[in-house]
Amino acid sequence: MSITVKFFARLREQVGKAELILDDASDLQSAHDIQSIWNQATENMPMPDNTLCAINMEYSNTDAPVKDGDEVAFFPPVTGGSYLGHHGGHHGNNHGN
Amino acid sequence: MAIKILSSAFDPWHETQQHQQNQLEAGKYGATASFVGTMRDFNQGDNVAGMTLEHYPGMTESYLQKICDEAEQRWPLIDCLIVHRVGEIHPNDPIVLTVVWSAHRKAAFEACRYLMEALKTRAPFWKKEDMAEGHRWVDKNTPG
Repeated sequence: MSITVKFFARLREQVGKAELILDDASDLQSAHDIQSIWNQATENMPMPDNTLCAINMEYSNTDAPVKDGDEVAFFPPVTGGSYLGHHGGHHGNNHGN
Repeated sequence: MAIKILSSAFDPWHETQQHQQNQLEAGKYGATASFVGTMRDFNQGDNVAGMTLEHYPGMTESYLQKICDEAEQRWPLIDCLIVHRVGEIHPNDPIVLTVVWSAHRKAAFEACRYLMEALKTRAPFWKKEDMAEGHRWVDKNTPG
């Protein structure tokens, strides 16, 4: 059993790692969903409320089952496209498009 | 249909012209709608020297492809092009380009807008601002 776990952006910095592999050697539990993968990968850090999850590059819920060989990713809300500034809304519109 | 993720500066007009010349059949399209998102310089708000765009390689391309597929199902389009920067970006640099070719303007305008709005909410990109005193992550996008 082996699961690749990835963290992006702010979460990568908070967790302190970009990628790790959970496998038998790291005592990966046999039954798990995304939440349990998070708990093991982060040593039970609380998951921030707005965290997004993906299994094999598809958005998933935190209770989705994870199977051998899956790639699980955790990341904050996405902010692509045009630049809209730090605070968004009225402030951001001053210098975004 | 083409999706490009670029780690260095690009010219959106050159990208558009090149794609149109290489991929489109002259005489078949009657409308071309494009959107270019550019990083402004900051005469209002905070003083930000630049930013870094991070992405999730593989998932980014997959979601941009899905978004183009959805647009092609929803409107009668001839072709779509999305170009998005990653890496270090400076004021005045183009960040994103979306272009849609169709027979008529309604589909081109609407689909071009759709590509941008869908991209902003679903494609896995994250912005980090470079400030004199360090960095800070951009927490959220705003409606267009």
